[in-house]
Amino acid sequence: MSLQLEPSAQQIKEEKVYQEMGLIDGEFAYIEKILGRLPNYTELGLFSVMWSEHCSYKHSKNVLKKFPTKSEAVLQGPGEGAGAVDIGDGQAAVFKIESHNHPSAVEPYQGAATGVGGILRDVFSMGARPIALLNSLRFGELDTPRVRYLFEEVVAGIAGYGNCVGVPTVGGEVQFDPCYKENPLVNAMCVGLIDQKDLQKGVAQGAGNTVMYIGASTGRDGIHGATFASEELTEESESKRPSVQVGDPFTEKRVLEACLEIIQSDALIGIQDMGAAGLTSSSAEMASKAGYGIEMNLDHVPQREHAMTPYEMMLSESQERMLIVVEKGREDEMKAICEHWELHAVEVGVVTEKQHLTLRHNGETVADIPVDALAEDAPEYNPPSAVPAYYKEFQAQTPWAPADVKPEETLVDLLARPTIASKEWVYDQYDYMVQTNTAVAPGAGAAILRIKDTDKGIALTTDGNSRYIYLDPERGGQIAVAEAARNIVASGGRPLGITDCLNYGSPEKPEIFWQIEKSIDGMSAACAKLNAPVVGGNVSLYNETPNGSIYPTPVIGMVGLVENIEHRTTSGFKADGDIIYVLGETKAEFGGSELQQMQEGSIFGPAPAIDLDVEAKRQENVLAAIQAGVVASAQDIAEGGLAVAVSEGIMGGTEGLGAEISFDEDASLLFSESQSRYVLTVPAEKRDQFEQLLPDVFEIGRVTSTENLHITTPAGDTLVNISREQLEQSWKGAIPCMVKSKA
Amino acid sequence: MKAAVLVFPGSNCDHDMYYALEKGIGADVEFVRHTEKSVAEYDAIFIPGGFSYGDYLRSGAIARFAPVMESVVEEAEKGKPVLGVCNGFQVLLEAGLLPGAMKRNKDLKFICRQVELRVEENSSLFTQDYQAGETIKVPVAHGDGNYYCDDETLASLKENGQIVFTYEDDVNGSRAGIAGIRNQAGNVLGMMPHPERAVEELLGSKDGLALFESMYKHWRESRVVTT
Repeated sequence: MSLQLEPSAQQIKEEKVYQEMGLIDGEFAYIEKILGRLPNYTELGLFSVMWSEHCSYKHSKNVLKKFPTKSEAVLQGPGEGAGAVDIGDGQAAVFKIESHNHPSAVEPYQGAATGVGGILRDVFSMGARPIALLNSLRFGELDTPRVRYLFEEVVAGIAGYGNCVGVPTVGGEVQFDPCYKENPLVNAMCVGLIDQKDLQKGVAQGAGNTVMYIGASTGRDGIHGATFASEELTEESESKRPSVQVGDPFTEKRVLEACLEIIQSDALIGIQDMGAAGLTSSSAEMASKAGYGIEMNLDHVPQREHAMTPYEMMLSESQERMLIVVEKGREDEMKAICEHWELHAVEVGVVTEKQHLTLRHNGETVADIPVDALAEDAPEYNPPSAVPAYYKEFQAQTPWAPADVKPEETLVDLLARPTIASKEWVYDQYDYMVQTNTAVAPGAGAAILRIKDTDKGIALTTDGNSRYIYLDPERGGQIAVAEAARNIVASGGRPLGITDCLNYGSPEKPEIFWQIEKSIDGMSAACAKLNAPVVGGNVSLYNETPNGSIYPTPVIGMVGLVENIEHRTTSGFKADGDIIYVLGETKAEFGGSELQQMQEGSIFGPAPAIDLDVEAKRQENVLAAIQAGVVASAQDIAEGGLAVAVSEGIMGGTEGLGAEISFDEDASLLFSESQSRYVLTVPAEKRDQFEQLLPDVFEIGRVTSTENLHITTPAGDTLVNISREQLEQSWKGAIPCMVKSKA
Repeated sequence: MKAAVLVFPGSNCDHDMYYALEKGIGADVEFVRHTEKSVAEYDAIFIPGGFSYGDYLRSGAIARFAPVMESVVEEAEKGKPVLGVCNGFQVLLEAGLLPGAMKRNKDLKFICRQVELRVEENSSLFTQDYQAGETIKVPVAHGDGNYYCDDETLASLKENGQIVFTYEDDVNGSRAGIAGIRNQAGNVLGMMPHPERAVEELLGSKDGLALFESMYKHWRESRVVTT
């Protein structure tokens, strides 16, 4: 592509070239009005990426305003590269989650790898050293070669990038459902640690100050990535493979170290990652936030390829690049740091009083646009919303109950369902220990990192059961936040804040928009009740293929504080003779359960109920009991119900242990997915103290030294009698077996 | 003990090694960049794990040409203790300080987990605080940890007691289960498992600590002799 081939301003209008870039007629007319003239091709490119859903949130902005975003712990809410919460001792946890779904659907290794790279930069551009990565992944049911390929390559891409950069991947979740068969979800979360005084913002202020470009050179990769991410996936998506960037974790590692040094310098004024929409978004957003403009000379941009046009340079999403604003006259200090890390650091522009983004190339002005027009003035839509027919139907249905449950067989089958099965095959490929802070490793409900030179730790998790959200977005939204918080609490932490990754279908369809609205209502209510505000996140819409939309899948990334690292608690059973308790009532609730999907091949009916007051109270009580030191193991009851939770307690527990359980309900309830429940084990001598703190628990059995799970009725009839080895065979063997399958 | 932790572009276990040496044995630790010319002033040299130069070529293949390596080889030949862990082991192989080479793990995937190692000998400066034949728990985290050498080399490694650690289970396909080897003189040890990640019970194991303590003890004893 060269300049000569670019259409003229007149052609753009007449031939509606803007439509190819994802802009609609009304938006083009609005651009013309803002500029008072027709945009040229480069300018049109800038608008199209900045006004894409990915960058502008034009369809979701208004509903996102519903989230609670403040609490005594919140230091930085939404709007910067990442959010930040107070973790005491003058320190903060900085964190964010982001999607890389579309790129991963067409080029899974690089799509996932660069997803990790991007989220790392969001965190270290705030000045924080990344100390943990997590992820949340969704795939089809591993029943086709294509799905297995996507799964294997996404995991390899995450591993390849994170391991090389040296940031441990400490946790996450993977769910499998037919609705993600063609549209996998790859959401990556990063958590950083910083002294609060060092928190940075992405601002470009002070006319005359210098804009510098740091990191990898700019190539033609990833052009229009943000626009691509804001469309539905179709057969032509494969042809957009060039929209997928290629990651270089080695450069990322050097950019990371260089930026953390630069941030210590008082010459630095602002810093921002060149992420989605690359040079365009970083320059326009930094200038807009500060109330200034930027003039850039594109001739100085380090270029990887020959004869790049302004359009290509501005829209490239080449990875591992940062834009910084530096006090005039102190550029050499930045260059010295970058030279040490063998990186480019070049002056590409200046901050201007005039609030325009002005671009020069080969001695000519090639773009001149008010920065606010790009960063702030994207149209906002309030799309129509309509209750889907399926929802009305599900609400009217009599709740489904499983027929003729053979408890032992059902348990073994459930443990082998990929969503429930051990994810060891996945996290074995991630370096989860580097930086030597990982006190609770992947496989737990929440990972725990100790904070060096303090007594405390942080608990981290990602969660979001989209099946409940599909059945009932509002209730499901509440459950998603509550479940994440339960995982934090059961590990000994107090929830501090949330980052959310909102994955949905096309917001232009009223039924999908209704899912978005309702699930955000649900999440907001739970965030408020559980004092876990949203400090940042990302929206990924248009997760659709011609075969339909994904389930509404908001993913919750949560950070909690473990006041004393000695409070850390895991789900595995600890000692023979410990009493096993269940907290919370078990009802016949199977809507959206793993059992329903397994038996029926689909989900329907109402989602499990949740009472947020009860939820909050139980979380308080569980945390109090853990902090009092009377709890040996704790786990929330999730997919697959009580029987699965107890099995995991055995398999994750000290070797040589089993459990003896008496269950006085209908056997099918072993697999119910009623909410707000926990399995807790308690040393016998701490029974009284425990029951005082948690009066509404049910004692269901004992930890034994038999390496066996034995569940009986009160009358003594055996429901389940299975060895630990058999449980493990099913649970640990499932995913390796499916991946190797040639069928 | 004055310890040098080498830092190549792409090293990422450098801080972990620093922390383990400082907290574990109270060593006086310094980072030494790949561009430095000399490591002569240090009592021991540590080459940490990571992905030097991205490992885009063969692991460790570029790092061994870094300016600092000339002095490392020189000091090693003089008998100074040198420990290479993971990528550091790969660098030592590429630099010719230890025999053999690394291949991709047999499953072709990166592996991160706690593994059990057998301490094959306790006569070297690295292992005197272990029992020979003892089983210890130390994590691995590598993609290219499948140690290979020819029959002749293997025979001489065995004969000279240069095999220091072996895996209790077949973790990555390594020949003879080799997890760590030393040179004939006994002052250079390369190992794939990460002892610096195993110095605190909080993180799952402190079985790696004895390795650093052994080195520290050796250093103290050598000082008593020379002063």
